[in-house]
Order: sequence, then C-alpha cells, then structure tokens
Amino acid sequence: MDFGLSEDQHLLEQTVRSFLADQVPIERVRELRENEAPNDRATWSALAELGVAGVLVPEAQGGSELALLDAALVSQALGHAVTPTPFLASAVMAPIALASISGSKADGWLAGIASGELVCGVAVTELFSVREEAGVRVSDGKLHGKAMMAIDSYGADLLLVAIDADTLGVVKTDAAGLDITRLATVDVTRCTAEVLLDGVTPAALFEAAGPAVARMLDAGRIALAADALGACESMVEQAVAYAKQRKQFDRLIGSFQAVKHMCAEMIAEVEPARSLLWYAAHSFDAMPDEAPLMACHVLAHVSEIAREIASVSTQVHGGIGWTDEQNLHFWFKRIGNARHLLGGPELLRNRAAELQGFAPAA
Amino acid sequence: MDLEFDARYEEFRAQVRDFVAKHRPVQPMGLASAKKKERVAWLSLQIEHGYWARTIPKEYGGYGAAPDLLETVIMDEEFNKAGIARGMMAQGPSMLVPTLLSHGSDEQRERWIGSTMRGEVIWCQGYSEPGSGSDLASLQTRATEDGDDFVINGQKIWTSTADQADMCFILVRTEPDAKKHEGISYVLLPMDTPGIDVQPLRTMSGDIGENSFNQVFFSDVRVPKANVVGRRGEGWKIANTTLKHERNSLNANAEGTLIRLARLMNDETIRGAPAMASPVYRDRLMKLQARALSMKHHGMRMLTCSLRGDSPGIAGLVVKLQNCQLNYDMAALAIDVMGELGVLYDHAKYERERGFWQAHSMFSLGLIIGGGTAQIQKNIISERGLGLPREPKPAKA
Ligand SMILES: Cc1cc2nc3c(=O)[nH]c(=O)nc-3n(C[C@H](O)[C@H](O)[C@H](O)COP(=O)(O)OP(=O)(O)OC[C@H]3O[C@@H](n4cnc5c(N)ncnc54)[C@H](O)[C@@H]3O)c2cc1C
Repeated sequence: MDFGLSEDQHLLEQTVRSFLADQVPIERVRELRENEAPNDRATWSALAELGVAGVLVPEAQGGSELALLDAALVSQALGHAVTPTPFLASAVMAPIALASISGSKADGWLAGIASGELVCGVAVTELFSVREEAGVRVSDGKLHGKAMMAIDSYGADLLLVAIDADTLGVVKTDAAGLDITRLATVDVTRCTAEVLLDGVTPAALFEAAGPAVARMLDAGRIALAADALGACESMVEQAVAYAKQRKQFDRLIGSFQAVKHMCAEMIAEVEPARSLLWYAAHSFDAMPDEAPLMACHVLAHVSEIAREIASVSTQVHGGIGWTDEQNLHFWFKRIGNARHLLGGPELLRNRAAELQGFAPAA
Repeated sequence: MDLEFDARYEEFRAQVRDFVAKHRPVQPMGLASAKKKERVAWLSLQIEHGYWARTIPKEYGGYGAAPDLLETVIMDEEFNKAGIARGMMAQGPSMLVPTLLSHGSDEQRERWIGSTMRGEVIWCQGYSEPGSGSDLASLQTRATEDGDDFVINGQKIWTSTADQADMCFILVRTEPDAKKHEGISYVLLPMDTPGIDVQPLRTMSGDIGENSFNQVFFSDVRVPKANVVGRRGEGWKIANTTLKHERNSLNANAEGTLIRLARLMNDETIRGAPAMASPVYRDRLMKLQARALSMKHHGMRMLTCSLRGDSPGIAGLVVKLQNCQLNYDMAALAIDVMGELGVLYDHAKYERERGFWQAHSMFSLGLIIGGGTAQIQKNIISERGLGLPREPKPAKA
C-alpha cells in the first residue's frame, strides 16, 4: 500500500530529464523554433531509443507498455524542458486509442509509433468545442470537412481524426484530398495544425469506438496537465535561482519578503497539484471509473495554477523576464498553449459537474 | 503506486461502515467536563475497535496496529462520509501525544498517552504570550528553580480550551541567561495548581462553534522538575516537533466539508431552482473540489512519506497554508450560495444549519492565523524549503 513513485519511476524521470538537459537545452529549443516543424525527427528518434515514444505501446508491438503515470512523468519532464516533440499525440493519445481498438492495422501503426519512425497527430478539438464551422463527416466511406487545432499534426505521418464521440478515422498525411496547414501559435514548441479533408479515403475507420475515444481524451488531458505542471516547476526553479542571485538595494532580492512569498505561493500550488496528478494518472489504469472526473479536474486545476505561476515567475525576474533573450517566455507560452488544447478550465469543470450529476448532461 | 483495495481492505471498510452506522447518533462532542463520561466511553470504544489511537503501542493505551496507509484512508473516508469525527480533534491527541512518543520519558508516556487518547485528560497549549506570537522564542514566562520544583510566573494568551483543560503543555524560560532559543523548557502543568488564573476571551464567532479562547496568568505556580519533557533548555526543539504535528493535523476534512457544501447547493433554492443549477456557483464548487482532491491526495502522499521513512521535504511545508485557505474558501462559497440569507446567525428565523457556515468561515480564519500565521508559513516555505536568504536583521539603534 503506497502512494508514491517507485524506484523505476524515479529512474525513468531522471533518465529523461538528464537526456533533455544534455541534448535539448534551451539553446537548442531556440534553434528549433526557426524550423518549419520544430519537433524535429532527430530528437524524437533519440527519445524513442530511450523508450519515450513507446512508453504506452503494448510490448507485443515493441513498446514498454508502462502505466499512464509513467507517461505522465515523461510528459512532465518534456514540459519542464519545453521540448518540442509530438509526445502528447503520438506517444499518449494515439497509442491509447489504437491499443484499445486493436486489429492488425492498428498493431502495425503501434509498432511504428513505438520506434519513433511513425509520428501520429490527433484531431480531436471538435469533440469538445466547435468553432469556425469545423467538423468532419463521413460520406460514402470518405472523410470531408475541417478539423481545427489538430495536435502535433503538422509534420506527422498519420492522423487520428475524431469524427464524433464514437467514430475514429485514421488517415495517412500523404492521402489525396488532405491538406494540413501549420497554424502559428504563441507557443512555438507544438506543431498545431488545421486539417482540411476533401473526400479523403481513410486508412481505417473505426465505428463504435466510443470507449477508445473517451480513454484517449482522458489520457491526453492527464498527460497535458503533467506537461504544464512540469513547465510550472521549471518556472518556480528559475524564479528561485534568480532571486538568489539578483541584488537590489544592496540585498539579494530573495531576501525581500514580497519576493519570498511569491516563490512560496508558487511552490505551495505546485506540490499538491503533483499529488493530484499522480492520483489522476494512477486512476487511469487502476480505477478507470474515476479517471474521466480526475482527468477533468487535474487539467483544469493545473491550468489555473499554471497561469498564475507563469505570471508570477516572470514578475520575479523583472524586466529581463519580459525579453526574448531570457527564454522564460518559452515556458510562459507552453503553459498558455496547454490551457485550451484539450478543453479549457471552464469547459472541464462543467464536464466534471456533469459527470457527478451536478449539471444537466449536454 | 499501489492503492489496490484487496479483499482484506473491503472487509475492513465494511467493519468501519457498520461501526459508523451503528454509532452515528450517539457520538458526544466537545471537551466540556459535563460530557466527560460519554466522551471517554465513545473514545474508548473507538480505541477498542482500532479506529482511534490505532498505531499507538498497546502499553501506552493504544490499539497497537502497524501503520497502514489504506486503513487510515478507509477510516477517514467512512467517518467523513458519515459526517462524524474520528477520535477527538484536540491539542492533546494531535500535538502532545506525538511529542511524548518522540521525547517523553517512559513514565510520562505511560501516564499521559492513554488517558489523553481516551479523552480523560484535556490539554491546552501554553505557548503564545502577549509579546510573543510569531516570534515565539522571545517568550518571557519564567520558571525559576526551587528545590525539586520550578516556580512559574508570567502570562499566556490565545490559549484555546484553557478553561476546559486539565493539563497544559507550556513553554517557559528556565535559563534566563541562555540565548533566546536555548533557555526554554517544555513542561507538563496541571491546570488545578494554585496560582493559575484563567480568563476567557470572547471570540469573533460569539457563542457558536468551538471557540474557547483565553488568557492565563501564572503567579508562583509550582510544578515538579520531573514534569519537564526532554532535557531542560531543549523546549524549543521539542516545541518544534509539536508545531510540526499541529500543522500536519490541520489536514482537516476538506472532503467532508465539500460534500456538505454540495448538499447545501442542492438544497438551497433561488427563485425555485437549486443553487447547483447556477453555472456560476457550480464552477466555483468544481474549482474547490479540485483543490480538495489535491489536498486529499497530498495527505496520502505525506502519509506514504512517513511510512517509508522519507522526508516529505518542501511538500510537507505547504500543507497548513493550503488546507486552511481551502477551508476558508469553501465557507465563503457556502455563504455566497445562501446569498442575502447567508448572514443570518444566532438562531435567527430562516438561519441555515445553525449558522454553521458563518462560524466555519470565522473558525477557518482563526486557523489561518493560529499555529503559525500564513505569512510565517510562507517564510518557512521560502527559507527552509526553497533556501531563500533570511531577512537581514535591522541594525540595533
Ligand atoms: C484560533 C486560534 C487559536 C489559537 N490557539 C492557541 C493555543 O491554543 N495556544 C497558543 O499558545 N497559541 C494559540 N494561538 C495563538 C497563535 O499561535 C498566534 O496568534 C500566532 O502565532 C500569531 O501571533 P500573534 O497573534 O502574536 O500575531 P503577530 O505575531 O503579532 O502577527 C501579526 C501579523 O504580523 C505578521 N508577522 C509577524 N511576524 C512576521 C514575520 N516575521 N514575517 C511576516 N509577517 C509577520 C503575522 O503574519 C500577522 O499577519 C491561537 C490563535 C488563534 C487565532
């Protein structure tokens, strides 16, 4: 009986964190942002060799078939280092969906995902929010329409398209009639895209895939919360480090209570949120009935504390925090991007209320 | 991570549930001496079943079970669901007993642990003084040596439950020439000793809720030297373990309060519709629920650390700050949900739940201040937890 990380989990976390510190330091992220697709394949391949791409893929398909909590720790490390990768879509959401559908096609894709050779984006926004008249429909077995803000989709090889809560299409990104345009976002570390489908023949169409779609969304929300929480951790660390080094009025600014208390308030939010994250991630595998509620709560809660931390950490830095050169904005923007990627806090809390019968179901 | 409830635990849960259902109507509350017989019977019954003093060794009057995270979680969940207190929330069980377990002599443990857990002996905490609150180590109440005794003179204030207490664990200055932190001793003092004068203070919440608050005057109060816990002059160190337990014990039942708040929102109607139907109130409730869940699981994480023998580090330092504010914010939503009727109090017509939420709001505010203010918590978190530099001392004028 134990509510804490195992030694293996600590090891996994450390391995990924030290790899990222070595191989993808912030200077490298600065270089990558100039790329057409910042989540470059070389980094992803190297991470795949560490087991990152296949963390959730079944062993039979070459993955390590770990728990969502393990994936959340990796996600947290990636957020901490603001690494541009397709982890959320390709290593979390797609494998969860494909593994619960199974079948020989899905198995093949899973093997590709685990090796890192196949990058899979997901287009799921319309499951929870519809803007710009987006939506994808099936007619005569072909896909038509538009999907907005598709995650990790620019530069991907394969795309999972949620058509509705029960139907999932898989399309190859070189399919005829498919057009993927990168949408520039304030955060340059994610390859978000608009997907236009003009009579695209899907590589597979899964109907009655309701449980797979729901699980994919829950897993994505928990992993995204982990990413944002990792970014928060780093912002607190950077603020504390700066406060120990910057002097004003002949004193380290960290000796001013105003600054100290800002730092204390930030960490006081981070630590309990970490506990909630562990529980939510653990519930996904061990207590699946609780996972939908936990997924909503953890992402909504982390989104709220993260917005505050993003601001306060920047304030601790003063003017330099507001510059491009200081790099702090990479974290600020990563956090900003996470906030609505799989549903914003208001939407998630409304869903949490619905799940408990507090609000009339939509 | 392993929270599997195997069959053994399901059985345990069923037992707890049975017990709670059977005894729910009879649980006596409060520390008043008039209720002593019922209180002792109720707490003894809980100890007998292992729902209270569970991990305290049998020789000291406990149940003697090995620590087990899930059992603790199950007991808390079932008691909270039923809305009844497990054991007794008081300074004796939550602060004195852990202190004696780590620093007391065998004789002190035998004499005080069982009797305190059974509710036979009620304690108060004599730390704060008019001139020494946050700066507790500056305390001035003196204890001078006289033969086998110390003789205490001075004043304590903000002493919760002093008017009901049989005993006081008190901090006194025994070595006036030592440095501030090194001259203090931790003493167990019977409250019926001649020379003690307890004067109750009325609190902001008036007569509602548990709110005993006092000042206590000491003139030539004699106490045997054998009543010192640990060594003379080590009181500061010992008191700090007590404060740590106080802060951890404030891991109050946020989940239970949240359930009660949700019930209120279902019951309370505005223009004929339940408050729960309002998306605005509902959103606030869901925000609080996420915080309550965080603190619940954070508590499990802290428990796991102590079972593993790991230090929780900074994660442990944030508990008091966050729990107290969460409780205050839950009461605030309840008051807002009741709207214009939320101010009704003191048995007014239309008053809800006997003024519970107003009283809870004020009580929670007291907890934000008591046991180390929120600001002091932030100093501790930032200095001890994050290693930020201490405030420079002002040059003496
Ligand atoms: C409900 C309740 C129950 C209590 N029960 C007991 C009890 O049973 N036994 C007991 O001994 N005491 C008890 N206390 C007293 C409590 O511990 C003190 O009130 C508390 O430690 C603050 O001390 P103070 O009241 O002297 O306030 P002060 O220390 O004078 O503080 C006033 C303000 O100044 C701020 N401040 C002070 N120093 C600093 C600093 N270094 N940095 C930043 N801000 C600072 C404080 O945060 C606060 O906002 C209780 C208090 C309450 C409210």
